[in-house]
Amino acid sequence: MTEPRTFIGRGLPYVDIRDLRGRLIVIEGSDAVGRSTQIRLLRDWLEVEGLAAIETGWTRSPLVKDTINLAKEGHMMNVLTLNLLYATDFADRLEHEIIPALRAGFIVLSDRYVYTAFARAIVRGADPQWMREIFGFALQPDLVLYLKADAKTLFRRSLLSKGLDYWESGRDQNPGLDPYDSFLRYQTRLLREFDHLAKDYNFVVINARRSVNAVQKALRENVAAAIPSLKTSSMKLNANTPPTNTNVPMVPS
Amino acid sequence: MAGLYEQSPYPGKLIVVEGIDGSGKSTQAQLLQKWLASSGVSVFFTEWNSSPLVKAATKMGKKKDLLTPTTFSLLHATDFADRFVYQIVPPLKAGMVVIADRYVFTAFARDTARGVDPKWVREVYSFAVRPDVSFYFRVPIQVSIDRLMNARRKIKYYEAGMDLGLSRDVQESYYLFQNRVLDEYDKMSEEFAFHVTNAEEAIDIQQRQMRRNVETELSDYFVRYQLALRQEEEDTQELPAVEPATAGGDGGEMS
Repeated sequence: MTEPRTFIGRGLPYVDIRDLRGRLIVIEGSDAVGRSTQIRLLRDWLEVEGLAAIETGWTRSPLVKDTINLAKEGHMMNVLTLNLLYATDFADRLEHEIIPALRAGFIVLSDRYVYTAFARAIVRGADPQWMREIFGFALQPDLVLYLKADAKTLFRRSLLSKGLDYWESGRDQNPGLDPYDSFLRYQTRLLREFDHLAKDYNFVVINARRSVNAVQKALRENVAAAIPSLKTSSMKLNANTPPTNTNVPMVPS
Repeated sequence: MAGLYEQSPYPGKLIVVEGIDGSGKSTQAQLLQKWLASSGVSVFFTEWNSSPLVKAATKMGKKKDLLTPTTFSLLHATDFADRFVYQIVPPLKAGMVVIADRYVFTAFARDTARGVDPKWVREVYSFAVRPDVSFYFRVPIQVSIDRLMNARRKIKYYEAGMDLGLSRDVQESYYLFQNRVLDEYDKMSEEFAFHVTNAEEAIDIQQRQMRRNVETELSDYFVRYQLALRQEEEDTQELPAVEPATAGGDGGEMS
């Protein structure tokens, strides 16, 4: 570790983070930008190179996942409860997955991080300062890779992959608009917030309009630069990388 | 953090009772509600930890011993936010009196005793409004334990702070943990201008004191409220007027 690990805000006073040897690498980006594909490829590559990696994703904690889904279905959310539930989910994964994995020397690939919560909350009218305060217990990542594409590209990919999602189209924000206009307006506002965050938190911006392989190459270059043990010689892309079972996160016990 | 350190912007009034379990605060809150209601004030009563939204998650977390100090804090904050938006703000906007059996101070005391940053937890709850009157029912731990035992209530895992590993014995852990909680309440008494009540006194003596304090602190409100009520009665004369009942017993008069 080159720099001592820190929290982005007030932190967790009861947790010792001095011995977290692993690396925390965050992949941020809009909905449907291709994060999960890229993360799967990154993980395969790291494991082929002999480095242990785990994935963690937004709203996947067993503690509140069901509550968040339930609340979203019933739309019984307000800006406070939604953000507090996101914070709960994140804290749960941070303390039960991310920190133990880093302590065991794993590379943690985080599919989204607190920045997604910041961007969405600001678009929905939450106080940005409040958001940064409540998420102040988040660890400062070693690297934030931001996959960026324009709203129209996102729309096409979203439609072709899993169809338009109520929340990702910002339908709650734009009751009068049709799904296409609503999606563009909402995602454009999110992109603007991500641009601000990219400056504030030193994101590495990756152009995600390119092919899967081109994006992956750019990601690997940045990851290799952050992890000295990865040699550049190992960076050639193997298109036939066998997919690993990504449904089973390897959490060290 | 404007909310908790500024006066509430709503026409209604918020009365809060705080204290550890077995301090008798709920009994006092109910007696206060009876008195206000019998004086013709419309009162809304709300309790800590009762919203359906996060009940499932809290239950699961508690059962499986999954909660860390931070997730414990955030789940309760979510629950509170839900209750705040749907149960506390609307009656305050409607000009009613809200009595809250526990409020954000419960979280500040418990969560800080568990080890989270005291400033952080205040930030988390910074959306809340400052109560107009706050009562803190102060009781020694041993009295609290005796009262709980008397009521044959089992001390729960998190209530005893068992998650902190202070002791393997539930009663001992409860003692140690609630001592920290008491310390936090004491520290907050000045910060949030609590009316500190000696909860070992006789129930009626405490209640009389409480009513006196409410009467003094909310005197302007009661004058305005009575005027508004009279005005409303005049406006709706054709309807059967509901006579506000007079305050009975040891309580003071409202007008």
